[in-house]
Amino acid sequence: MSPAPLRRLRPTTGWVAIDLHEIVEFKDLVLEFARRDIKLRYRQTLLGIAWVVIQPILAAGVLNFAFGIVAGARPQGPSYFLFTFAGVLAWNLFSWTLSKTSLSLVGNSYLISKVYFPRLILPISGTLSTLLDFSVSLAVLVVMQAIYGIAPGWQIALLPVWILLILGLALGAGSIAAALTVHYRDVQHILPILIPFMLYASPVAYDVSQIPDGYQRLFYLVNPLAGLIVAFRASLLPGAAMPPLPYLAWSAGLAVGLFVIGAAVFKRTERTFADVI
Amino acid sequence: MSSSELALSVRGVGKTYTIRHDYTAPTTLGEALVRRLKHPFARVERERFWALKGVTFDVFQGEVLALIGSNGAGKSTLLKVLSRITEMSEGQVDLYGRVGSLLEVGTGFNQELTGRENVFLNGAILGMTRSEIRRQFDAIVAFAGVERFLDTPVKHYSSGMYVRLAFAVAAHLRSEILIVDEVLAVGDQEFQRKCLGKMRDVAIDGRTVLLVSHNMAAVGNLCSRAVVLRAGQMVFAGDVADAIAQYSATDAAVLVGDLRDRHDRAGKGEIRSTSVALAGTDGVLTRAVQPGQPFDVIVSYEARIALENVEVSVNIELLDGTRVVTLASGFRNETFSVQAGEGTFACRVAGLLLRPDTYSINVFFSGNHAFYDHVERAMSFDIAPLDVYGTGRLPQRNEGALLAEYHWRAAAPALKSNVL
Repeated sequence: MSPAPLRRLRPTTGWVAIDLHEIVEFKDLVLEFARRDIKLRYRQTLLGIAWVVIQPILAAGVLNFAFGIVAGARPQGPSYFLFTFAGVLAWNLFSWTLSKTSLSLVGNSYLISKVYFPRLILPISGTLSTLLDFSVSLAVLVVMQAIYGIAPGWQIALLPVWILLILGLALGAGSIAAALTVHYRDVQHILPILIPFMLYASPVAYDVSQIPDGYQRLFYLVNPLAGLIVAFRASLLPGAAMPPLPYLAWSAGLAVGLFVIGAAVFKRTERTFADVI
Repeated sequence: MSSSELALSVRGVGKTYTIRHDYTAPTTLGEALVRRLKHPFARVERERFWALKGVTFDVFQGEVLALIGSNGAGKSTLLKVLSRITEMSEGQVDLYGRVGSLLEVGTGFNQELTGRENVFLNGAILGMTRSEIRRQFDAIVAFAGVERFLDTPVKHYSSGMYVRLAFAVAAHLRSEILIVDEVLAVGDQEFQRKCLGKMRDVAIDGRTVLLVSHNMAAVGNLCSRAVVLRAGQMVFAGDVADAIAQYSATDAAVLVGDLRDRHDRAGKGEIRSTSVALAGTDGVLTRAVQPGQPFDVIVSYEARIALENVEVSVNIELLDGTRVVTLASGFRNETFSVQAGEGTFACRVAGLLLRPDTYSINVFFSGNHAFYDHVERAMSFDIAPLDVYGTGRLPQRNEGALLAEYHWRAAAPALKSNVL
């Protein structure tokens, strides 16, 4: 009589549930990948980890110049720079997560074909390292708010919700892109064009109120990120307006939906990654 | 054997890959979309190719089991299925312990990271927890002997240091079942010796090793049982000596090194080798010869024109490139006239007292101060492990390159030198 096996391997078909327990088992690997990510990003740079602070400040400055001065689209409000900086934070969270997730499989193909771990670990650890950068930028924003003398209102309590929804949207789209990239490398070429386009199509350095009334509805519908960025900013800066509730609900629903679909697609195609990659 | 505890049970495992019979298969998203729009209901003709089929065997705890078979027999696919890198298409595998797989040394090592950082990263990739690695950290570093360079990026390491550190991490993997692929094929002698020793220790510990190797000498030394795969099917499972014999007597297609498609050759090309094979004195093709046994090296050729004074030469090397012997017809003033067309030469070797290992053969054609053809690593063969001393003790790799016929005796004291 043999005891029960520790693990039984069988072929699987169709949609499979995500084994959260196993991901917890591999938590040290998640952290190790995140650590590797962070260390490598700033190794052999002169300013090192200071880039986490400098990058969003520079990005906000450039956008202010392009939209506020060149295009003359400076919105009403106390501090245009803070306005844009808050937008850049939300945007960075989205775009970093999206691009990192979409590359997580192809970028680690040498690992996928040589060793087993739940493949979901790759996007998860990438997100962890993005969240660390994001937290540093958020701290910079808090310092700036103190300098400007702007205290956030009660809306700040909702900030985690917007962060999670932005992450959900990025992870969902990114997972689908990652699974597609395994078969079709085209995705790698489309995304670097699509992402900057989305930046211009998102209210990072301009306000939705500056869009002609008839188009605002379309704007929110086409770009689900728009509502989330506006809401993110509104919960940090008391002067900024929340998006209309139906549009916000649309964005939130889409974010949750895309996240679920992305995870399911990733999990379903996961078993073929090592054979195709 | 039945009283031992199971470590791994493999039941009817099969794995298919799909081959498309479609030379214009889409490789980009655009092509795939356009094609779908043009022919919405077309079905691409696919053929299922069974890389593995009906593989069934058990491995018991504390056992070192070898998987042997020629290239393409499905060994690597089976290892990937067992280590969960890829999923099987049918069958079932029961694992009675934590599995650690070493399909290469230093998976995930990053050039930019320091030795210390890589130990933690690589350990985690192999499935160790951080606290496990921390506990074993000093032992790993001592084993690798890189204490002074721990905080140096591994890109500044010598290749020897790099491999030692990578192997040290792997060697401290504590999982109950170890899956090892051709790790023995890398590194220098010293390193390979260390690998073998470590694997034996693992088994003595009561843990289980599943090993893929082309090195029959190593397999014969380490394993008691082996599974032989051929074209995805299991053809034998059992005692290691019988398994090696089975493997060595595989079908002729595998035994003949076909060189017609080899384009990495040098020389003017008036005459070219088309195949090389080994045969016993009974004429039966083989891929393994026993130390001291006579055998033939059979070289077939194709000549574009008639040639006089052709010399043929075969040299035998260790896989690391060390030349062992050169069998050149020119050394013996044996030269040949060939007609345009195909033909064959054979070289009878009276016996090589080489240690059991895998060797490769290079083939040359020359003559008339011209150099016609040269194919490196035209085929590889094994000197099979053999109980040459008749004591049940197989020769080990670290005992030297040659075997010898010798006897020790008690003797009178040596005479004083009379050369004054």
